[in-house]
Amino acid sequence: MRYFLIFFISFFITSMGWSRTLPICSDCTIQSITEGVSMASDFDTLLIKKGTYKEFNILIDKPLTLIGLNYPIVDGEDQGEIIRIVSDNVTIDGLFIINVGTSYTTDYAAIRVVKSEHFMIKNVVLEKLFFGIYLEKSNNGKVYHNKIIGDAVDEYNSGNGIQLWYCKNVEVEKNIVQHVRDGIYLEFSDNIVIKDNLSTDNLRYGLHFMFSNDDIYTNNTFENNGAGVAVMFSKRIKMIGNTFRKNWGTAAFGMLLKEINDAEISGNIFEENTIGINIEGSNRIRYENNSFLKNGWAVKVLGACYENTFTKNNFLYNSFDISYNSKLNDNVFDQNYWSEYTGYDLDKNGIGDIPYRPVKLFSYIVNKTPETIVLLRSLFMDIIDFSEKVSPVFTPDNLLDKNPLMMKTL
Amino acid sequence: MLKILKYSFYDLIRSRWSYVYFLFYLLLGFVLLFLNNDVSKAVITLMNIIIVLVPLIGTIFGVMYYYNSKEFIELLLAQPIKRSSIFLGQYLGVAGSLTLSLVLGLGIPFVLYGLFKSDAIFDFSLLLVTGAFLTLIFTALSFNIALSNENKIKGFGYAVLLWLFMAVIYDGLFLMSLIIFKEYPLDTFSLVATMFNPIDLSRTLILLKLDISALLGYTGAVFKQFFGTDKGLFISIFMLVLWTVIPIWRLSYKAKRQDF
Amino acid sequence: MIQVENLYKKFGKNEVLSGLNLTIDKGGIFAVLGPNGSGKTTLIKSILGMVVPNKGDVSVSGIAIKKNWKYRQEIDYLPQIANFPGNLKVKELIRMIKDIRQRPSDEQTLIELFKLDSFLDKKLSTLSGGTRQKVNIVLAFMFDCPLLILDEPTTGLDPASLIRLKELIKKEKANGKTILITSHIMQFVAEVADEIIYLLEGKIYFKGSIEQLKKKTDQTDLEHAIAAIATTPANA
Repeated sequence: MRYFLIFFISFFITSMGWSRTLPICSDCTIQSITEGVSMASDFDTLLIKKGTYKEFNILIDKPLTLIGLNYPIVDGEDQGEIIRIVSDNVTIDGLFIINVGTSYTTDYAAIRVVKSEHFMIKNVVLEKLFFGIYLEKSNNGKVYHNKIIGDAVDEYNSGNGIQLWYCKNVEVEKNIVQHVRDGIYLEFSDNIVIKDNLSTDNLRYGLHFMFSNDDIYTNNTFENNGAGVAVMFSKRIKMIGNTFRKNWGTAAFGMLLKEINDAEISGNIFEENTIGINIEGSNRIRYENNSFLKNGWAVKVLGACYENTFTKNNFLYNSFDISYNSKLNDNVFDQNYWSEYTGYDLDKNGIGDIPYRPVKLFSYIVNKTPETIVLLRSLFMDIIDFSEKVSPVFTPDNLLDKNPLMMKTL
Repeated sequence: MLKILKYSFYDLIRSRWSYVYFLFYLLLGFVLLFLNNDVSKAVITLMNIIIVLVPLIGTIFGVMYYYNSKEFIELLLAQPIKRSSIFLGQYLGVAGSLTLSLVLGLGIPFVLYGLFKSDAIFDFSLLLVTGAFLTLIFTALSFNIALSNENKIKGFGYAVLLWLFMAVIYDGLFLMSLIIFKEYPLDTFSLVATMFNPIDLSRTLILLKLDISALLGYTGAVFKQFFGTDKGLFISIFMLVLWTVIPIWRLSYKAKRQDF
Repeated sequence: MIQVENLYKKFGKNEVLSGLNLTIDKGGIFAVLGPNGSGKTTLIKSILGMVVPNKGDVSVSGIAIKKNWKYRQEIDYLPQIANFPGNLKVKELIRMIKDIRQRPSDEQTLIELFKLDSFLDKKLSTLSGGTRQKVNIVLAFMFDCPLLILDEPTTGLDPASLIRLKELIKKEKANGKTILITSHIMQFVAEVADEIIYLLEGKIYFKGSIEQLKKKTDQTDLEHAIAAIATTPANA
């Protein structure tokens, strides 16, 4: 609604004849974007036609709309930052920005927004970048439908795709981020909506956020990232309908939760990750209707985690469903579907008549001696797992799903 | 050799045990698929069955057949036939008919279920290949046992013991040694120990498909190389071939020097 | 026909053949006799290649048998215990052996001779011991090989069949074949054998005709001669 208003106002102003459209091209009077910005007045539109513009450090210090026609190339020639927005009400649309300078001391970005409001960055394609879109203390803006394709090889000299630092009320929607360090990175940013993004093949995290509260993540896909998604030190997060796939490796997980409180995690799919969700020191989280499919460990609980509830989730064909590193359990598992459940349902109410114990002794052994993983699914292990199930010694004895479902939930 | 193979195969096809075995797998396949309606789950259950039951059946059936066909072997020994042909023919007859029962017994229900349209086809073919290898290996091992033991009871005893050792005891000792020596780097040891047991080897081969996400959770570089690349697959298959060839070679070696 | 030189065979600690030398010429019926455990069957099996000697050489028709199996094409063998794969029918067994040996055979007259027609479609496991022995005989005699080895051929036979067997053996001898027989029935040996080979403690103790044996032991019938031979000093 807010954006609509902005558009409406800017449209209004344009039609009033207060604002102009300034074309930029190699044959035009204005031949560079920098020139265009300096010649434009507030609320003008710069129409950048197809061509290559070798420019960097473009400072946008007044409310302008920059529109690229057929994706004009802005080539920074590895000199440094390319576009810096320091004014409210700036829109950037349809540029193809390449060759952002790499530095070990300054975080050069393709587009940086500093202390500005009501910005809109859309349909931008970024390649050969260091940092992509960097929002700094900027609020009430939108990053929509951009494509960021990096070529990161090492963590120390690569940057993040979309970074938010001390921002509020920003929407990050329908972006594609690949091959950068962290796909989407948030720090100290509240009330952010992140939806329908695709973050894949990134060096470290698909999504990484810390100290950011009241954020909502929906329908994003995170696939094949170095370490998956890390969510740390935040409160009241909602994660709904996301997909976490194929994050493989030693310290890789679909999602890492660390010091997260009062979150809601529902309707997500965790598929073929080494660890589906790795939980550390996180309390009062509701896990509902998630599907854990073919993960190494569906849920790995480390350290103190209290009052979490797992209900109506599907645990399908994971090597281990739940793993604990202690004998204590204060979390509730109820009415989940476990593909390994072998009980029966005589009263036909859809709920198994005997409880299911999702923690195997073997997962405890693997925690202690990781090499034993090669004995996964061996008959010997099945036998000792069975005996542990009958009388738990090493695993939390109150950890059981008393009402295991007989059919998958949808 | 082909003639012997033909006759022992012929003989086996007429014995009711081959049918029992075949029907067992057929039933198992149908039950798993049509009662469960879930190919992924069926593949996992099948894997458990294949690495435990196939070696057991191969061992027992191999020993049983060898002792039962002793007369046949003696009859053939006086005929102008090479000794190794007689034993290899007999061996291939048993192992071949067992493999055929396995592949057809499980294959038919899966094909009827529409496996070719499912993406589980690779997992499933891997299961069948592994099952076939295990049949070949354990039948060869059991023939070796039977050939070295005139006494039937003893032979059966050793064969069952062999299975029990490979299927359960070995892993127990393996696990214990891993836990006792956990202070030391163990990844090379654990991979090598896996190679020395065909059941573990087959299990690893299947794990590479089913549980790769868990296997990659381990830190060791050797593990990563083994499980993370095609190396693991190739080494495992190579070792399985070795496990098949060596007992067969010993069988023909031993057969040449045996008195009857 | 058969040359055995310096043959040694041990089963565990038990030395069964200890430096056995034997030459059997072509033609005639040779009876291999000796007390239980004297190595008769071992000798026969060594010739057939079923037992691998520890030391010594065996050659059949001038061919050394070591690591050789083709020479068995020239041998018909009647095993002592008639064990056959139980799942096969008599007909199938005969067909199979024919298939394996790929030689002209004359099983039909033999089947008629031993009246086996009605058993052809029966499984071998259902046959009686005597009938099985008849099948055994058919299998041994149906090919035309220059060397016949018969290990206890009379086991389980009824008198009529025994007579037919003797006729059969004599007929084969008339065809110029070499026939090696072991038997415990002295009467049978006396009737058919041309020469006696007597084994004792893994060696040839006596080799010669029945007449020579009787003379040597001063006995009038074969049975007593055989019984007495072990006590007579060896000078053969």
